Amino acid sequence: MASISSRRLAKELMEIKNDGCPVGINLVKADDFSTWWFTIQVMGESLYKNEQFTLQFRFDPQYPISSPAVQFVVTDGKEAPVHPHVYSNGHICASILGNEWSPVLSVIAVCVTLQSMLASCKEKQRPIDNDRYIKHAPENPKKTRFHYDDDT
Amino acid sequence: MSSDEEDYYMDSDDDMMDDVQDEDTSDIDMDDDDDDTDFGYDFKVGSGSKHKSYQVDYTSLSQPRVEQTMKEDVDHICGIFGVDAGTASLLLRNESWNKERLIEKYMDNTTKVLVDAGAAQPEFALVRPSTTARRSARSTSKLLSFKKSSNPTSSPEQPERIPSTSFTCPICFDDSPDLKQLALHCGHAACSGCWNAYVISKIRDEGEHCIRCMTEGCALVATDEFIHDLLVGPPGSPAPTAVTPIDPSADVHENAVAFNRFNQLLVRNFVSSNPNLKFCPFPGCTNTVECSLGSGKAVLTSVVPTVKCGARGIPQDTSDLKEGVSGKATFSSALGSSGPSGGGTSIHDKEHVFCFGCPIEGDHRPVVCAVAKMWMKKCEDDSETANWIKSNTKECSQCQSTIEKNGGCNHMTCKKCKYEFCWVCMGPWSEHGTAWYSCNRYDEKGSIDARDAQSRSRASLERYLHYYNRWANHEQSAKLSLDLYLKTEKKMEDLQLTSSLTWIEVQFMRRAVDVLLSCRTTLKWTYAMGYYLARGNEKDLFEDNQRDLEKAVEDLSELLEGPMPTEVDAAAGSGSGEGGGGGGQGGQGSISELRQKVTDKTVYVQKRNEIVLDDTAQGFLDGRWRWNTSIDGFEDPADEIRVD
Repeated sequence: MASISSRRLAKELMEIKNDGCPVGINLVKADDFSTWWFTIQVMGESLYKNEQFTLQFRFDPQYPISSPAVQFVVTDGKEAPVHPHVYSNGHICASILGNEWSPVLSVIAVCVTLQSMLASCKEKQRPIDNDRYIKHAPENPKKTRFHYDDDT
Repeated sequence: MSSDEEDYYMDSDDDMMDDVQDEDTSDIDMDDDDDDTDFGYDFKVGSGSKHKSYQVDYTSLSQPRVEQTMKEDVDHICGIFGVDAGTASLLLRNESWNKERLIEKYMDNTTKVLVDAGAAQPEFALVRPSTTARRSARSTSKLLSFKKSSNPTSSPEQPERIPSTSFTCPICFDDSPDLKQLALHCGHAACSGCWNAYVISKIRDEGEHCIRCMTEGCALVATDEFIHDLLVGPPGSPAPTAVTPIDPSADVHENAVAFNRFNQLLVRNFVSSNPNLKFCPFPGCTNTVECSLGSGKAVLTSVVPTVKCGARGIPQDTSDLKEGVSGKATFSSALGSSGPSGGGTSIHDKEHVFCFGCPIEGDHRPVVCAVAKMWMKKCEDDSETANWIKSNTKECSQCQSTIEKNGGCNHMTCKKCKYEFCWVCMGPWSEHGTAWYSCNRYDEKGSIDARDAQSRSRASLERYLHYYNRWANHEQSAKLSLDLYLKTEKKMEDLQLTSSLTWIEVQFMRRAVDVLLSCRTTLKWTYAMGYYLARGNEKDLFEDNQRDLEKAVEDLSELLEGPMPTEVDAAAGSGSGEGGGGGGQGGQGSISELRQKVTDKTVYVQKRNEIVLDDTAQGFLDGRWRWNTSIDGFEDPADEIRVD
């Protein structure tokens, strides 16, 4: 199984290196097949103009059968975007990272989805249950059972 | 299973088979090896219409039997819709196995039903005019490049094949030429390795039987046949019994386990969809019980549907997972093979008894589910608290607030109503005059009145604890009876060694413990019933029956736990071993005396138990019982009996 995971990630990495990332997304580091970092910016007019965020991907050996653990980095002065689906600890409530994950999705596809999630944001605010959630949140966002309540 | 209650083998020597009466339907003998040890296990399931008022009709089904029922439903749908079995199964699963509703919806909007169930793609079903033709022609998932060139059935699928030379698996990006591609109808191909890993993770980690195509947004669900072929190999492979997964690198054992689990998930889905079926709640048990209670919940106010799934004990590998509900079966695997009975027929292998109507894992006769549930809840919430309150607090004699004295002198001032009183005599403090730190005023009128009020307010607590303690006591005794089983088995072995009694003839001990245990369960629940019964003649009668049973049970218990007669003087040892005939008189006498006593007592206890169960059940059927509180499904009690 580990071979599937690393083979797949190697291919994804090669594609990123050959073809580059979509606009606004940049690979920061991918030194191994367990943790990758990207920076993400929202292009054009949006609430997040001129802001840059860092995304962390963590892969387990079952990737891509199981989804990667994706969150915004909130250490070293970096901050998570203020967004109704992003908790202040960097955890993201997005269905494609949970029950709608599909093995045909890729790291870049996730980045693009999150980018568009930010771009379509109408109002900068934290999730309603932010304080309650971050108090008890598990370290790995995959351990949280999110309730996906809308389709944005 | 009714043999326990109905026919007790008075003397289990030769005529035991004659005692089997009343059973005209299916007899399930739990032991396949027909040796002498299994006579006590004759299993009668669904004893026809001739059952006692406290019994219900039910059938115990094994997993293969349930699978058979599922298959019949699937075949039925296949016949009506003209679809293949895989599609029919998906449709049924999506419609919670409700055939009538499925047929209705299918006739109404075929496409929608197919799409909703993941049996067809939206555009596929809408656009293609030849859907029916395609579906009827073995339209299950295509194993695209699976090597079956020798197999003639593969020819219609030929066009679906993707030229394997240019295939790169979209999941793992592998492009080696010998990759095997698989896809459902939708044609979203992936390599066999990815499919295998995906399906296993769905089944094992998520417990999901509804496995969708891996492609995002594709709602097609894999058919049973696809899963089967993928995990354990297609039918018609060289060795049909061997597990030959399509993916060459798959772990054969892991696949077999996953496929087994998949079938279990399907059965569970079926069982949970059908209100007349219930899965045995015992850990590791795969049996199902079918019981038609008629008009749903309402009937639960008059009957207690206690059922047995037909299996015993707990499978080896799960025995340490969970302490059985009354701790009965947990030692079975450890000791099952050591006893002379051997082969899983040990006396520790308790039957799986549970209630069909509620989640209580055990026999809660004679009380109905609503009362049992209320009692359990009350005990969960209150028993410890009540005990503590009773021993650590008093009530303010003016406002009845519960007060804990945690220090200081006896001069109490109620925080709530500011009433000042003495903790010792409970009388008003004003009467204490200057005797600030002592109270010698026990007999003064004021304090007597205060204590009376106190005791009245304590009465309800006392009443609850009275019932709770007895309930808990019987529960505890039932748990200890595990020890009793062990001791009894030891005694039975001793008996065999030291007397001429055979294994069969010492079964009376085991029977006695069995009966004892089931009666303790009954007794336990009678206290829950007693707590909620409104005062009156009916309750008095009920408590008389309860008392008789309790007395009988304690007598039998004492008899069993008492010392065995000594056998030293059986040394003459002329016992021929043949039926324990006329052999040595010395110690034999006391043994047979004991045997007689135990047997008599067992029959008596059983009789008393039957009376309690029967009378209570009849009372429920007649609507005779009146409660002191309002209970789900019953009329609210009249005001005058509500106060107890």
